[in-house]
Amino acid sequence: MPDRRKTKKPKYTLDRSIPGAYEGETVTRRRFMVGAANGAGMVATAAIALPALGFALAPVFKTTPVTWQPIGPPSDFPIDNYVAKTIVLTPGIGEAGNSIAYVRTRNPALDTEPEDQYNRWVALSSRCMHLGCPVRWVDAAQRFICPCHGGVYNIRGLVAGGPPVRPLDRFYTRLNTSTGLVELGPRYSVNSELRRFSPRDPGEPLDGIGQYLYPARWSTPPLSNG
Amino acid sequence: MPRLPAPPLPKILLPKPKRPGGGEDTGALSPAEAGTTVVDWVDERTSLSPGLRWLLFRKVPRGTNWAYTLGSATLFAFISQAVTGVFLAMYYRPDAAGGAYESIRNIDDNVFLGQFVRGMHKWGASVMIILIFLHMGRVFFYGAYKYPRELTWVIGVVLLILTLVMGFTGYLLPFDQKSYWASIVGVNINSGGPLIGPFLSDFLRGGNEFGATTLSRFYSIHMLLVPGAIIALIGVHLYLVSKLGTTAPPWLKPEHEDPVIQDIERAEV
Repeated sequence: MPDRRKTKKPKYTLDRSIPGAYEGETVTRRRFMVGAANGAGMVATAAIALPALGFALAPVFKTTPVTWQPIGPPSDFPIDNYVAKTIVLTPGIGEAGNSIAYVRTRNPALDTEPEDQYNRWVALSSRCMHLGCPVRWVDAAQRFICPCHGGVYNIRGLVAGGPPVRPLDRFYTRLNTSTGLVELGPRYSVNSELRRFSPRDPGEPLDGIGQYLYPARWSTPPLSNG
Repeated sequence: MPRLPAPPLPKILLPKPKRPGGGEDTGALSPAEAGTTVVDWVDERTSLSPGLRWLLFRKVPRGTNWAYTLGSATLFAFISQAVTGVFLAMYYRPDAAGGAYESIRNIDDNVFLGQFVRGMHKWGASVMIILIFLHMGRVFFYGAYKYPRELTWVIGVVLLILTLVMGFTGYLLPFDQKSYWASIVGVNINSGGPLIGPFLSDFLRGGNEFGATTLSRFYSIHMLLVPGAIIALIGVHLYLVSKLGTTAPPWLKPEHEDPVIQDIERAEV
């Protein structure tokens, strides 16, 4: 059986009996030139490829700024029913950037989650938490109903039936004291106990292991301390 | 260079013998001879004709039938999509503020044959996906994915996935209610993948909400990125098909090398 162990090569090319070797040389000129040419090629390729890749991936890392938009005076919003308000999610692209928020005044008899300065008006996103279709408020049934796959939510936005994985997302709300108007801020997600999480996409559960399987993204504004 | 044997030509293309008393030979080239000279000139410099002969005059096994044309049919569907897509791109505007829908409406209502070309692209997309699955089924049920053709199968599966990406990205482009909500749902299905799903859908949308650049991202993927990859992979797929040849249908038994025994075996059947 041949000896598989590596015998240590001599350090100098001269000792390895390579033709054209110089004294004191540890790397042949040919090997050095091949390495230099390959290295230069890699640097040149990276100089083009890395900026292009960064350009394509940049939106994943860019954080959206926090904006507040007025949605009406406090008298607009009843305590026992929802009012639909058209809001702007992405400015500058017309109707494609708009969405609907369902807003009512906080009802302490109904809303058991702790009150703070950001939830005196309950503003629910109309985006279904199954796959993102628009839900509508059906007054007669006192339910939010999704047209796509049959998701149903109750008046608090909690899942009452169908495939949705978590309650409807919410928006921070506040009263602008100088204008006297209710303002609507960034969206946040909630789990089934209405604990707040930074905004997730639909279809991502936040109960149990879900909150770790679907981490917060870099592109969403950080959660306000409320 | 060794010459390959000439392919079997139909009678009409064979060189005709000279007729006696047919007039003086002036030495000038006839149009047919001039054509041959031009082809020879190109061929001497490129060696194209042996390559073409290698590609086109392959031996096919006994039992080859119409099911073997499904791959070519898919290729034709892709070429049809590419041609109509290039012409649609001359009129399409990926503008999310309403311009995209308007440009599609303009193609449908005003452009000469616009509705026809857009219809070819729209229905051709479904035809291509149907043909891909039929082709895949033929290869699977004939056992044609087995050694030595595994790599051809793997590349074919990548081509199937790329074609589905084409269908997904192309669906948003008309930018009507159906395509808008279908893309929202599609991107959210994507974000349901654990750990990387949320970041993948951010990448697809170009942000955390459907934004100003989402439509142009989809357009760029639909008409530049994926078609380029599809063309390159079709090239490799076809090279492998030519190199390895096609398989006989699985219900045919292998034949004996000796033609005499072959005849006996066939007579027994």
